[in-house]
Amino acid sequence: MKKRFIWPLGIFLVLLVFLGIGLQRNPQEIPSPFIGKAAPAFTLTQLEAPRENFSPRDMQGQVWLLNVWASWCTSCREEHPVLLAFSKEAGVPIVGLNYKDVRNDGQQWLSRFGNPYLVSAFDSDGRVGIDYGVYGVPETFVIDQHGVVRLKHTGPITPEVIRSKLLPLIKALSHA
Amino acid sequence: MIPELGNFALMLALSLAVIQGVLPLAGAFKNNARWMALARPAAAGQCLFVFLAFAALVYAFVSNDFSVSYVVNNSNSLLPVHFRVAATWGGHEGSLLLWVLIQALWTLAVALFSRQLPPETVARVLGVMGLISIGFLCFMLFTSNPFDRTLPAVAEGRDLNPLLQDLGMIVHPPLLYMGYVGFSVAFGFAVAALLGGQLDAAWARWSRPWTLVAWMFLTLGIFMGSFWAYYELGWGGWWFWDAVENASFMPWLVGTALIHSLAVTEKRGSFKNWTVLLAILAFSLSLLGTFLVRSGVLTSVHAFATDPRRGLFILIFLAIVIGGSLALFAWRAPKVGLGGRFGLFSRESMLLVNNVLLLVAAGTVLLGTLYPLIIDALQLGKISVGPPYFEAVFVPLMIPVLVLIAVGPFVPWKNASFNAVLVRLRWLALTVLLIAAVGALVLKFSPMVILGVTLAFWVVLSTASNLLQRLRHAPKGTSLFKRICSQPRSYWGMIVAHAGIGVFVVGVTLVKGLETSQDASLRVGERVNAGAYTFAFTGLKQIEGPNYIAARGTFEVSQGGQPVATMHPEKRIYTAQQMPMTEAAIDRRLTRDLYVSIGDATNGGAWQVRVQHKPFVSWIWGGALIMALGGFLAASDRRYRLASRQKSKVPKPSSVPATPSSIKAAA
Repeated sequence: MKKRFIWPLGIFLVLLVFLGIGLQRNPQEIPSPFIGKAAPAFTLTQLEAPRENFSPRDMQGQVWLLNVWASWCTSCREEHPVLLAFSKEAGVPIVGLNYKDVRNDGQQWLSRFGNPYLVSAFDSDGRVGIDYGVYGVPETFVIDQHGVVRLKHTGPITPEVIRSKLLPLIKALSHA
Repeated sequence: MIPELGNFALMLALSLAVIQGVLPLAGAFKNNARWMALARPAAAGQCLFVFLAFAALVYAFVSNDFSVSYVVNNSNSLLPVHFRVAATWGGHEGSLLLWVLIQALWTLAVALFSRQLPPETVARVLGVMGLISIGFLCFMLFTSNPFDRTLPAVAEGRDLNPLLQDLGMIVHPPLLYMGYVGFSVAFGFAVAALLGGQLDAAWARWSRPWTLVAWMFLTLGIFMGSFWAYYELGWGGWWFWDAVENASFMPWLVGTALIHSLAVTEKRGSFKNWTVLLAILAFSLSLLGTFLVRSGVLTSVHAFATDPRRGLFILIFLAIVIGGSLALFAWRAPKVGLGGRFGLFSRESMLLVNNVLLLVAAGTVLLGTLYPLIIDALQLGKISVGPPYFEAVFVPLMIPVLVLIAVGPFVPWKNASFNAVLVRLRWLALTVLLIAAVGALVLKFSPMVILGVTLAFWVVLSTASNLLQRLRHAPKGTSLFKRICSQPRSYWGMIVAHAGIGVFVVGVTLVKGLETSQDASLRVGERVNAGAYTFAFTGLKQIEGPNYIAARGTFEVSQGGQPVATMHPEKRIYTAQQMPMTEAAIDRRLTRDLYVSIGDATNGGAWQVRVQHKPFVSWIWGGALIMALGGFLAASDRRYRLASRQKSKVPKPSSVPATPSSIKAAA
């Protein structure tokens, strides 16, 4: 048997291995370069109290969630009831980052649908969003006691995400 | 009741496919004529039952049977009836049934039009195609059954994806599948030849028309998909190097190489192993495309809902079909002889270069498509590969292809004189260089535009010149009509397809190089410019469709004060899924399209508007249609219809003298 006739088969077998591994993975899951790094610092005014500021330093010493949202974002509305229920049960503070929004619209949105947030930082020009690598709203970051980003979730939070990703991580971090 | 009958018909089809896939192959091996004779009736029976199953599913859609899960997910009682029929193949399960139906129809066609073939060959080809059917029928019955019930029945369906509610989408999948599945015939012939050890000119002659027809359908299918994306997705793009587009483009590239390689094998007896390998690869890439679309390993705008079980099933299927055939190739191919020898500069060598370039092009597309997956599998991170990569590697590969398309038909078989060909092409080359100079110095086009247009002229002019030389070469006094009729259809096929490539290149080059696009936020009464055109936003009203509501804008387009067109782009909301859709308005002319699409309303009554001027964009699809016509002409050559059991002999090298008068058609 001449070697050159086996080449196509060999190449195909290598390809097959890669396709097999590819099946185990989810291409939609995009890692953030911020995982394991300190959450970018910022100081923004609060959405509902324009005279007061918020900075991630205020949250030092506890595990917290940073949820990027906007009143113009339809997926946020879908996520909202889940987030409301989560804020009541989970016992971890959720901070909102009101991204590229109009202050009045954001405030009205919260008063109409309910406010799951401890506080919402108002990022009208989206600069903090850029620092955090936000490219689709909603996005959620889990940040630990030392201000390190531990998880980034793109897209709406669902009960499934809470059960399988958020709760186990929060539990592990709280005991650390 | 009807869905259960459909399900039952699928089971019967599977049973018949097992008979068709096992007994004829065993019969050919053991020389048992009765087992071999089972191939045709089993194929016919399988086709009948798959057709019944398909009819049952269409019936479930037309009668709004919302107790069938697949119908619930892809239809709605408000959906117009022609879209309800098309919704049959609008989702994963139904499109799979369509695939199986087309596979069964191709198999039936082979069974009917193979009277002149030896019984062993028929048994082997139909047997191999039966094995492929078994795989797809099992896949459908065990992982993706379109007849699954959801009881109790639901009151209303979730509607067909609005993107698919379009005439282009009704015909795109059937055309594409005709192409994909059609390559299974060439695959069947190749595997049969490897099994039987008879790789000769007769084998190539049988495979050629089937391959040409499949290639034609694939060309039409890709054309339709691109055309649809252009007017329906609302961005005005026509090719996105999306994973699924690439999945259809790779078999096309390899299929193009295959039809050229088959020509050499038929006429000269060379390239046998190479041709067989291409036949295996063309179908393998079709199967790989199915895997990529349906397993969820890659992200794509086209991807179906994913389920890891399905992915695993297709992966195993791929391993068996592709791995098995390539193993057979590794085992049997070394025993196949080399065939006619040829010189360094000859028609054969030109076609070999064409083959290699096309295959390398397919390889780079494959690499780019799978690169994200490979990087992810090696745990090196997640990346995506976009148009910049594909354009950077694909365009340089196509430049020599375009240069050679023009030269190839002038080069005689076996051994040619480089100088003789040069003499024939020198005036043409000068003309084309002159065109390039005019483009650069007078019209001041960019280098890429000049390159593209020059190559397009090169291809079209040399093809025309080749035709003229052929027509002139006849006894004096022959009428032009007679001269035209005396050329074989396969020659016409080549001429037309090559001219189509030239037309296509003109379109691609000019759209890429000269288009203008403008985004604006407009209120009624305001205007925006794109190129030499002024678009005035003159009105907006709300309209109601059968299953959507829409805002419909009116744009008056003028050029230098002269009115050109009135255009009506729409922004629709499909009520069942609350899904917004952009319906672009297009004003088509031979040399340009105007394209207006409206996006979201912003604060204060202004609308996001994108206006585009696209020169020569229709030539892209025109070129593709001309190419497909070429494929049709070549496939209809009368020598394929001559029913003769006699095997054609490979012409002895000495019988083809290398003089200009003996130039044979490439097709």
